[in-house]
Amino acid sequence: MLRALSGRLRRALPRMTPRRWLAGSTALVLVAGLTGWAVRPEDPGFTFKDEMLTVRSGPSGTEPVTLDTRYFVPDGASAGSTVPALLLAHGFGGDMHSVHAQAERLAASGYAVLTWTARGFGRSGDQIHLDSEEYEVKDAQRLLDWLAARPEVRQDAPGDPRVGAVGGSYGGALSLLLAARDSRVDAIVPMITWNDLGRAFLPDAAGGAVVDGVFKKAWAGTFFSSGAAGGGAPGVVPAEVDPACGRFAADVCQAFMTIATTGRANPEAVAVLDRSSPANVLNRIKAPTLLVQGLADTLFPLAEADANARGIAANGTPVRVAWYAGGHDGGEGPQTDQDRVDALTLAWLDHYVAGDGPAPADSFTYSRVSGFDAIDRGLVTNAYTITDYPGLRGESTAAVTVGGGVQPIANPPGGNPAALSSLPGAGALSSVLGAAVADLPGQHAVFQSEPLTAALNVGGAPQVMLRAGSPTGEAVLFVKLYDVDPDGGATLSEGLIAPVRLTGLPASADDARPVTVTLPAIVRRIDEGHRIRIVVATSDQAFASPAEPAVYTVRVEPAVTLPILGGTQIASPDAVWRWVLAGLLAAIAVGLAVVLLVARARNRRVDRSVVAGFADTPLVVEGLRKEYADGFVAVSRVDFTVHRGQVVGLLGPNGAGKTTTLRVLMGLTQPTRGEIRIFGHRLTPGSPVLSRVGALVEGPGFLPHLTGEQNLRAYWRATGRPWADARFDEALEIAGLGDSVHRRTKKYSHGMRQRLAIAQAMLGLPELLVLDEPTDGLDPPQIAEMRRVLQRYATDGRAVLVSSHLLAEVEQTCTHAVVVNKGTIVASGPVADIVGDSPTVQVDVDDPVAARAALDGLDGVRFLQEAENGGLIVDLDGTPRRDLVAALVGAGVGVDRVVPRRRLEDAFLALVGDNSRGSGDR
Amino acid sequence: MTSSGAVGYKPGRTLSFGAEFRRQATRMRTRLALGFMILLPVIILIAFQFDTGGDDDRNGGGEFGSLIDLATSGGLNFTLFTLLVSAGFMLGVVVALFHGDAVASEASWGSLRYLLAVPVPRARLLAVKLAVALTYSGLALLTLAVTAMLLGTARYGWSPLRSTVAAQIPPGEGVLRLLGVVGYLAIGLLVTAGLAFLLSVLTDAPLGAVGGAVLLMILSNILDQITALGDLRNLLPTHFSDAWLGLLSTPIQADDMVKGTISAICYATLFWSVAFWRFTRKDVTS
Repeated sequence: MLRALSGRLRRALPRMTPRRWLAGSTALVLVAGLTGWAVRPEDPGFTFKDEMLTVRSGPSGTEPVTLDTRYFVPDGASAGSTVPALLLAHGFGGDMHSVHAQAERLAASGYAVLTWTARGFGRSGDQIHLDSEEYEVKDAQRLLDWLAARPEVRQDAPGDPRVGAVGGSYGGALSLLLAARDSRVDAIVPMITWNDLGRAFLPDAAGGAVVDGVFKKAWAGTFFSSGAAGGGAPGVVPAEVDPACGRFAADVCQAFMTIATTGRANPEAVAVLDRSSPANVLNRIKAPTLLVQGLADTLFPLAEADANARGIAANGTPVRVAWYAGGHDGGEGPQTDQDRVDALTLAWLDHYVAGDGPAPADSFTYSRVSGFDAIDRGLVTNAYTITDYPGLRGESTAAVTVGGGVQPIANPPGGNPAALSSLPGAGALSSVLGAAVADLPGQHAVFQSEPLTAALNVGGAPQVMLRAGSPTGEAVLFVKLYDVDPDGGATLSEGLIAPVRLTGLPASADDARPVTVTLPAIVRRIDEGHRIRIVVATSDQAFASPAEPAVYTVRVEPAVTLPILGGTQIASPDAVWRWVLAGLLAAIAVGLAVVLLVARARNRRVDRSVVAGFADTPLVVEGLRKEYADGFVAVSRVDFTVHRGQVVGLLGPNGAGKTTTLRVLMGLTQPTRGEIRIFGHRLTPGSPVLSRVGALVEGPGFLPHLTGEQNLRAYWRATGRPWADARFDEALEIAGLGDSVHRRTKKYSHGMRQRLAIAQAMLGLPELLVLDEPTDGLDPPQIAEMRRVLQRYATDGRAVLVSSHLLAEVEQTCTHAVVVNKGTIVASGPVADIVGDSPTVQVDVDDPVAARAALDGLDGVRFLQEAENGGLIVDLDGTPRRDLVAALVGAGVGVDRVVPRRRLEDAFLALVGDNSRGSGDR
Repeated sequence: MTSSGAVGYKPGRTLSFGAEFRRQATRMRTRLALGFMILLPVIILIAFQFDTGGDDDRNGGGEFGSLIDLATSGGLNFTLFTLLVSAGFMLGVVVALFHGDAVASEASWGSLRYLLAVPVPRARLLAVKLAVALTYSGLALLTLAVTAMLLGTARYGWSPLRSTVAAQIPPGEGVLRLLGVVGYLAIGLLVTAGLAFLLSVLTDAPLGAVGGAVLLMILSNILDQITALGDLRNLLPTHFSDAWLGLLSTPIQADDMVKGTISAICYATLFWSVAFWRFTRKDVTS
């Protein structure tokens, strides 16, 4: 039982030939190798260590402060092989861990990178002085000293390390302030940071003084709360810390308190913010500066970077500006933008700090959102480059006319409810805010253009002229620019709005002087058919607005100025895939051509020789052997020949190897050894000479949905031979299906299908007809008819090969017979020779004893044995049967019948009789 | 050297494209599949007639929610919607049917051995079968798109192609974009076509070939949902199947489609190569 099972299993599985072993193990090694490669631990190329450094700074320069630092050193850096260094500062509310990934990238690029947690945050000591010159900036100077003492850091001069400063937001401002204060800094990359912290928190788009700016309360609150927590455990304020100010220094805290309480700044508070602003010290910056600013940034909009760029460039210092689709609202932006910013940063540092690589151009690059990514739903941007930084006024401007007269709008009491434009601190979530942006009824006025006749690529700060009237003479207004699509959907680009505080207003807008309002810079394509909508609102959740209710009148002048940015599109790095695709297609085309050429060459080399002696012999089978992949030998050795005019019977029990032989003969199966020649042509699968053979192998095969006639026509169409050669009528007559030929073959009986298959084999009257069990399923009259057809078929030079397990069929139909058993030939020759009368007969008589006595009296006649039914088997040895019968009758024995015995039957039964079972399907 | 074949026999003329095309055209499954391509837009159209314009979020948002909302805004959007709902599964099944059935059905009927005994050269038989299966798959896709376009335009009018990812596209260009979508879908379906065709060569059971191909596509789709696989997902044959959405934005985002095309062509070439390699060597025992 178990053995049978294992045997079956062994047969079910593919047999392991050496080739399969090789292929299998190669595949295994390949998979193992790939897996190993995929999971291998990456060698980062650097090491880092943490250290609490105590530096002395503060106004006196002697106040100790402990800074949490992490220092990355590239592998191989040493006193003998020095590397340039970088100071990498973190953003507000973060600590050195928040820039760890960026530090790793820079360290992997060959820089010694020092990151630290700014004072007032995380584990570093003291309080937040908001990038104060006397505190945070001095701390950074001490860190420069520390770097200068490192043996592996390259030095410009003793105590002057080769160093760049990189940072975002809070860290970006630090890099600007540090570069202004310390000439040892060789290059800086400030990102998404401010120019004037006062203007960032107290903006006035009409150009008013900072002290009168409109308080950006939502961002200020977010800013303050993240600083107050100081990076410690949320909600837990150490006992010694003032709960109102958290880790903010007293003067910073006081400034915030003042502004946040009243919604208005005072000069003292503005002075505190001024101290933290690079605006006043830009003229001292000599370090080449790469300014990266985000398009989605309601905290530090593009105008901040613009002011920094102009201030620094005025010194003759190299400045480069890049905008990307991210920022305090938009996060890191899409991968393509991150890659571009990383590449720009590295190129800048490599040249100005490491001294490698060509001088980067000072061209301006920016990106424009073109839609959503189809795969991961992220933003997709296209990047553009412009040789000269155009600022916020664009390369050119377009004027759009908006309509709408003087409109009254109400300021809600207490500034609530207020319109929603952005969600400060929500990060990348803000980008999904679009649908939530809302203006409140009665609180806003709308001025809208006609549909644009051509798309506008807006890039920069749009400007509008605003007239306003107020009963109090003052008004705080919020001006916004919407892109309105033809369906009416309005989009506020990145939630950016322009707050203005107007004073000295007349009671009515009709009498007011127009004021120029510069909206926040945006980058947006406004498509053809879209409208521009300017909205003037009285309140916004992001800003503090007056608490007193009032009704203003406003009017926007018709002319709206839109800056336009063009530039050359930067090929996306993904563009390389187009070349890959082109290469792939070319490779496939070449590969296909090579395969075709090789196939043709091989085809030409195929042995097409005709063995002259066999050119007229329909079929010669020599030494045929077929061994299946599982080791089963279906045919061990078969040789026979079919000549013209012969009807040869391939006789054998089921499973003798007849069908396998015919399969090889039809080119369906490759022989293991031996060869077959048809009319002298060596047979290979698909040999053209097969077209001279008609076949029925292993039963009929028809398209079940076609009628018999359609099947024959479909078959002939597949041969591609002329219709006239098919002889349909003759074939159909042989099939003898009558009207049934117009019925679908799936409705046919077995016999009908068999007859149709024979007709198909005879289409075109092939010179050699091969029929596998042709009488299978036929009734006796049809068998007799088939016999006559086959005999007639072989008359004019054609030949027929019939396989059968029925002795009588072969005997009656064939001129020649080949008897196979267990894959070998056991007898062959003319049927007459092997079948012909044998000298023995079986005689059934009523009295065997008397009969035997009578037989003894006949010369040359010998009793051999008793048959199973009691009859006598007698060797006549030339004595005519009539003499035998006469003798028996004369002796008074009643003769029931005399049956001639045949040699073939004897041979067949003797050879195959005892093992017709269990030989398997061959 | 005289021709070794019968009079009028030329290997290059056996089983012509036309002959195979007609063989397949007579089959019920071909007619049903193509008929369904006409029926589907009709069914969708009728379904939209039940739209009562009630609550707004009944379509559940989802990644394509907006396209569903826009489906009735014009013929182009109706076509887009029809393609979108078919692309995920139905077109894959139809293509798998045409390809998985190609060789396996002949094997199961027993007619394959008679074709090979004609003899139709094996590579030729496979090439013609493949060409016809591809033609029918293309026909099905075009039938679906054209029917949807005609029906949608008749019912909802000729208006610009809208989407929420970008501005609306004027009708003329919209047709081109839709053609691009159809083209990209066709390329994406090559993977299914390749796999089903390979299975069709490997097995004698037509249903096995069709079902196997569809199952593997579903598996790929499932794996693609598992973001933990990270960049490995880029290797999945269906990973870029939604890249045609890039055609809806202005300017067109072609990068993902290029990657998807590379992926599809690689897979299809691999599958077809193995199919040819196997079929030209195997013993046909059915």
